Amino acid sequence: MNAARNTLPVELKGLSTRFGSTWVHRNIDLAVPVGEVVALVGGSGTGKTTLLRQMVGLLRPAEGEVRLFGEPLFAGSRAEQLARRRRFGMLFQQGALFSALNVFANVAFPLREFGVSDEAMLRDLVLLKLAMVELGPEVALRMPAELSGGMIKRVALARALALEPELLLLDEPTAGLDPDRSAGFVRLIRALQKALGLTVVLVTHDLDTLAALATRVAVLSEGRILAFGPLDEIMTVQDPFIERFFHSERSQAALARGRSEI
Amino acid sequence: MSTQLRGARPQAAIDVEGAGARVVLSGDWTLSVLNPRCVDIRRQLEAASGAPAWDLAGVSRLDSFGALLLWRAWGRRRPPQLVLPEALESVFGRLADLGDASLPVEPPYRFLDATAHLGRLLLGLVRHLGHFVVLVGQLLLDLLYLLRNREHWPVREMSANFYKVGVKAMPVTALVGFLIGVVMSYLSALQLRAFGADTFIVNILGLGIIRELGPVLVSVLVAGRSGSAMTAQLGVMRVTEEIDALTTMGVSRYVRLVLPKVVALTLAMPLLTLWGSSVAIFGGMVSAYVQLDMSFDYFLNALPRAVPVANLVIGLVKGAVFGLLIALVACHFGLRVKPNTESLSANTTASVVTSITVVILVDAVFAIVTRTIGLPYR
Ligand SMILES: Nc1ncnc2c1ncn2[C@@H]1O[C@H](COP(=O)(O)OP(=O)(O)OP(=O)(O)O)[C@@H](O)[C@H]1O
Ligand SMILES: [Mg+2]
Repeated sequence: MNAARNTLPVELKGLSTRFGSTWVHRNIDLAVPVGEVVALVGGSGTGKTTLLRQMVGLLRPAEGEVRLFGEPLFAGSRAEQLARRRRFGMLFQQGALFSALNVFANVAFPLREFGVSDEAMLRDLVLLKLAMVELGPEVALRMPAELSGGMIKRVALARALALEPELLLLDEPTAGLDPDRSAGFVRLIRALQKALGLTVVLVTHDLDTLAALATRVAVLSEGRILAFGPLDEIMTVQDPFIERFFHSERSQAALARGRSEI
Repeated sequence: MSTQLRGARPQAAIDVEGAGARVVLSGDWTLSVLNPRCVDIRRQLEAASGAPAWDLAGVSRLDSFGALLLWRAWGRRRPPQLVLPEALESVFGRLADLGDASLPVEPPYRFLDATAHLGRLLLGLVRHLGHFVVLVGQLLLDLLYLLRNREHWPVREMSANFYKVGVKAMPVTALVGFLIGVVMSYLSALQLRAFGADTFIVNILGLGIIRELGPVLVSVLVAGRSGSAMTAQLGVMRVTEEIDALTTMGVSRYVRLVLPKVVALTLAMPLLTLWGSSVAIFGGMVSAYVQLDMSFDYFLNALPRAVPVANLVIGLVKGAVFGLLIALVACHFGLRVKPNTESLSANTTASVVTSITVVILVDAVFAIVTRTIGLPYR
């Protein structure tokens, strides 16, 4: 296919992050190829959320560079930056729904911004997105404050999916979902990937999901990428963190469950 | 760049073959490609919609926007003969599952609803009053409890609040007070000189500022500055469930959050009033010196003779009462914030408007009640 398809959706080059005097990341290189589902794992507080925020430009790195779709995020005119931003969607760890808008308006927001103005089309699209995350039309008129934690996550995912992005950045998408819904999430992402060649970067502690979805795993530890590759390769790396994360009895059981879903 | 990229993708295309019997689709059927040409595409689809055979094998990408366009053109069901690549099955599967689900409808607005709306407004007002009484009552009960349990006084919070609403408000109070003093003095001096009644400037400034203007001016400033901050703080704590967390830990929101604010503002306001009035009088003095050539010495000596000390007491008492009211109103609205940003902004606005209105109303009551006190010429 053409060159545009083969550029890397996300590329980090020598990226370092500092808060005050503490370095969260040191010289991180990461290249996410098109159509892959990359799982970012690491202990709590190792800077996974921070890395996602760097990718979407909410945080500028102290050193190094972030490239999205082959270009620096802030390159080009305003219109070009906007066009680039519309090619990815992000799910925040806490949902980040607009609290003054109801569920319907939250999901419709990016579509309206994009210029979809046909109300009937908009209604069907929003209901479809909500159905994708297994929410019925009866929640559409509720306010975010009237939703459960897991429902907030799902509405936020529906909003991230609204513009049919080529790249999805998901911060703990299955935290707060029941196992059934997590399986539904796995099915949804896989179907989208098949139909659209979606690229996904997801942060997760949920090994079921990881084993079922991830085509590659990046392990973040002590401020750097410890290992990056398919799950089976990662499992063979000798490292105390990987040992604890992937090889404990509970992890093995979860991984086996996830693999059986494939 | 974006146009280049879009250009690089194969455009959505509709080819009708066999005199409208078969429709072949190709290219990208995605939101970013379709939306700019939506009207055109929809017209073409409409024209082709009767065809029994659809071939989607040539479609390179199809997202739910494209699928929805097709689905609507097909009349929400699959056409009799459909060639669909396996990867695209799931999109249409989801659309079929959706059926014709629609949003829950809200009943239309009727005349009776207007009456109900009016009634709800009135009930809302009553509820406001009820809530306010509960707030005051709860505070009194908590005060009684605190009088018996000295160790539970939120002393740190009080002192922190006192610093925030009192000390930090001093510069702005001084600035505004000084300017108002200068302006008042300047305007009065112009009039007084015309009548040769220069020395009365001391009476006008002294009485006007100490008794009336000082407390009201400082209250308006404090309501805008500290009242809104209190409402916003409590409101955000409601939004982020911090107040619920406090309640779960058995910490009373009234003792820990409301009382320190109320006490701090009630204590700080008289002092701020004193400060504000002093600076305003100083401003007036400076202006009188420039305009009327009145020395500072003369002004300061004439002030106690022109303004009985009762006026100062009235000014300070007003300050304390206004402070109490502003804090109570601010906390009342802060605790009513619902967990969304719209409610937060509405309540913050309501808090400032209400406290300024209440201050001016109560000031009028003060004026009537104290009409026989402290006025030298009657
Ligand atoms: N705005 C900030 N200021 C200072 N330090 C920060 C800031 N944001 C994050 N940090 C620090 O950076 C580190 C990484 O935080 P981050 O939120 O990225 O962790 P995480 O890997 O997402 O953790 P978790 O799995 O618990 O969500 C933490 O040590 C955190 O304390
Ligand atoms: Mg995180």
